[in-house]
Amino acid sequence: MEKYSGLSLVKHSLSHHENWERQWANPTPNKKYDIIIVGAGGHGLATAYYLAKVHGITNVAVLEKNHLAGGNIARNTTIVRSNYLWDESAALYEHSMKLWEGLSQDLNYNVMFSQRGVYHTCHTLGDMRANERLVHANQIQGVDNEMLTAEQLQKEIPTLDCSKGARYPIMGASVQRRAGNARHDAVAWGYARAASALGVHLIQNCEVTGMIIDGSNTIRGVKTKQYGEIRADRVGCVAAGNSGEMARMAGFEMPVESHPLQALVSEPIKPFLDTVVMSNHVHGYMSQSDKGDLVIGAGIDGWVGYGQRGSYPIIEHTIQAIVEMFPCTSRVRMNRQWGGIVDTTPDACPIIGTTPVKNMFMNCGWGTGGFKGTPGSGWAFAETLAQGKPGDLAAPFSMDRFVTGALIDEHGAAGVAH
Amino acid sequence: MLHIYCPHCCEYREEEEFHCKGQAHIARPLDPDNCSEQEWANFIFFRKNTKGQHQELWHHSAGCGKFFNVSRNTITYKIEQSYLLGTAPQPVLDVNKEGKA
Repeated sequence: MEKYSGLSLVKHSLSHHENWERQWANPTPNKKYDIIIVGAGGHGLATAYYLAKVHGITNVAVLEKNHLAGGNIARNTTIVRSNYLWDESAALYEHSMKLWEGLSQDLNYNVMFSQRGVYHTCHTLGDMRANERLVHANQIQGVDNEMLTAEQLQKEIPTLDCSKGARYPIMGASVQRRAGNARHDAVAWGYARAASALGVHLIQNCEVTGMIIDGSNTIRGVKTKQYGEIRADRVGCVAAGNSGEMARMAGFEMPVESHPLQALVSEPIKPFLDTVVMSNHVHGYMSQSDKGDLVIGAGIDGWVGYGQRGSYPIIEHTIQAIVEMFPCTSRVRMNRQWGGIVDTTPDACPIIGTTPVKNMFMNCGWGTGGFKGTPGSGWAFAETLAQGKPGDLAAPFSMDRFVTGALIDEHGAAGVAH
Repeated sequence: MLHIYCPHCCEYREEEEFHCKGQAHIARPLDPDNCSEQEWANFIFFRKNTKGQHQELWHHSAGCGKFFNVSRNTITYKIEQSYLLGTAPQPVLDVNKEGKA
């Protein structure tokens, strides 16, 4: 893998930047691998990288039906934070956060991780109590999170309407200072390049159409549209919104439903917001990219949808929330709007671990909050695939918890209405 | 914006008047106290999550307040029909995985 550096930029300028090495290889798949990962999104690519880097397992193929990193990883509002309520999720997201903090160096790829802070505004006494509880939980867990008064908030974010005259006046906020955002494509491409350099096969335009399962309900491989059968000892599905399809092919159901999640960006405008602001109450969140566009999102469309688009009322409600919080944006024009398919679970926590099919593993259900978990998810799922069973980080997120009742309710901290 | 036919109001109304309650035709176990944990989990949590023709329960929350079912393709979002509780949907013929006839 050619090392990226200031020096390499200078060197390549001498040949007019025409000789940069391809970032990842495009091999034809083998007939068999030790491990197949289905889905080359952020989580799938991160899984492949940590399998190779941490566990030394490189006889791995990542099968992707389209081009890699073209799904939700290409569509999100880029927020990274780790301020979740329960110990189990705090551990997973904070592990992810620590990986984010060294990621550009580790991958030798600028993922543009900007720790510009993420604020959660409080508009009622209930919000204040909920956020204070979360702050206290985080302090016990060793995750940074602090409360601010409305006055402090107004000083830190001048364009946020913290006045008493607002329709839903802000009473205060919590802020995780180490949180922020990152360039979503860069994360995926960084993992892809590094994994490919370590010998992992990234197989694009390879759609899984069925699972090869033997008489003892053990998976032996997958059937693909373009390359026929590809065998493996273990199969890990990381297909996000299409996870249900993977389960259906393997003959089981999951407590997961796939919903549209929309987002939008404005025209580029001069910088006025240097942080991320989220409101559970009026329901919207916004940051401003380095290009100057406002990156805006809110809740899912309430019905199952695989069309990568949603309904206009969601956009309308989202913009109402944004204009309520930032009145100066009322004339800003929106440039682009899109949707993804998010796999949501009843407790707003992911599912990582075994399935009813032996040697088939599932990493899904990240719903609306997958991007921040990209490194942690990959790390935990790689550990699961490497040892054939979940490690400590993944174990609480077994699909089994919906049978035993050990749900981990993160609807509040997830901050996106389900 | 989905336009949904409420079979009680006998009108197409805008999506915002409704609330989707998820997968339809989920039978509540007749003897909940004697369900296995898996059976109860199936009832409460496990869902088909169909990519294709999906039967859903909808509530006309900002309208008549009644419930009804809708048969809708979750890829194209095309609504095939609304039908009353306790009735079955008309089968949708020859719809392949991409939702095209």
